[in-house]
Amino acid sequence: MSVAPAEVERPETRQEVVPDTPWVTIVWNDPVNLMSYVTYVFQQVFGYSRRKAEKLMLDVHHKGRAVVSAGTRESMERDVEVLHGYGLWATVSHDK
Amino acid sequence: MDGFRTLRKGRVSARFEPSQAGIIRALVSQVAELVAGEADPGPPPGPAGPGWAGDPLDDLSGLLGAGPDTPPEDPVLARLLPDAYADDTEAAGEFRRFTEPDLRSGKVAAARTVLGTLPPEGGRVELSGEDAQAWLRALNDVRLALGVRLSITEDYDSRHADLDPADPRSAYLWVYDWLTYIQETLVRALW
Repeated sequence: MSVAPAEVERPETRQEVVPDTPWVTIVWNDPVNLMSYVTYVFQQVFGYSRRKAEKLMLDVHHKGRAVVSAGTRESMERDVEVLHGYGLWATVSHDK
Repeated sequence: MDGFRTLRKGRVSARFEPSQAGIIRALVSQVAELVAGEADPGPPPGPAGPGWAGDPLDDLSGLLGAGPDTPPEDPVLARLLPDAYADDTEAAGEFRRFTEPDLRSGKVAAARTVLGTLPPEGGRVELSGEDAQAWLRALNDVRLALGVRLSITEDYDSRHADLDPADPRSAYLWVYDWLTYIQETLVRALW
């Protein structure tokens, strides 16, 4: 499982990534969700730039899954809840 | 052609034929009914809620608004209400218990917004940014549902879908393709 915390930018209002809380949110590929929609959702939910959101979407598309955020377990559960509201399939995972 | 276009700041519009409006309304309603289901406890019983008949302990789950802790058996529902932990059934169950009711009611609310803003006879529809967000999620839920029912896989390509027009699935695939287009135009209109 790969993590790229250095690339994960979070808007200031969100929790800082803390080294000893290695929980991540994974988004899984599925055949129905539009590439444009997934990109848009990443921008809306995480405040990522379109470029970053597109890169994450392409990772999901080509690799089958991608880590889209990292932080505390609670924060990841909140992210997953919001992503499920948009119809994406996301899971919380403990990065080892 | 059909599809959404951007209006002044944040608003979008589209025009629908009566048959198109009928299709969207029918599918959105079906998905909403499925999601609302019998698991929806509705408003909690109590002096302020309906059906107050006495003992509040009669329906604790309704009072607490707790959901089930196992995934739905219906594959469409299972896709709309997926597990939050891929490899931890207990954590997934606990998460589901606390979040599924809100996830369901959010999807039903989005469906209701579509039904409330799309007249049965179609015509020009103009949406606020907030209503457009609801449409986006409701359309996506319909496509997810169709995707499950039609077993749409990663290599599905509408140009190569080679079904006998008499096959009842081909009509649904046409609808799926059209809704894909409509949702795409909505994303682009909002971007």
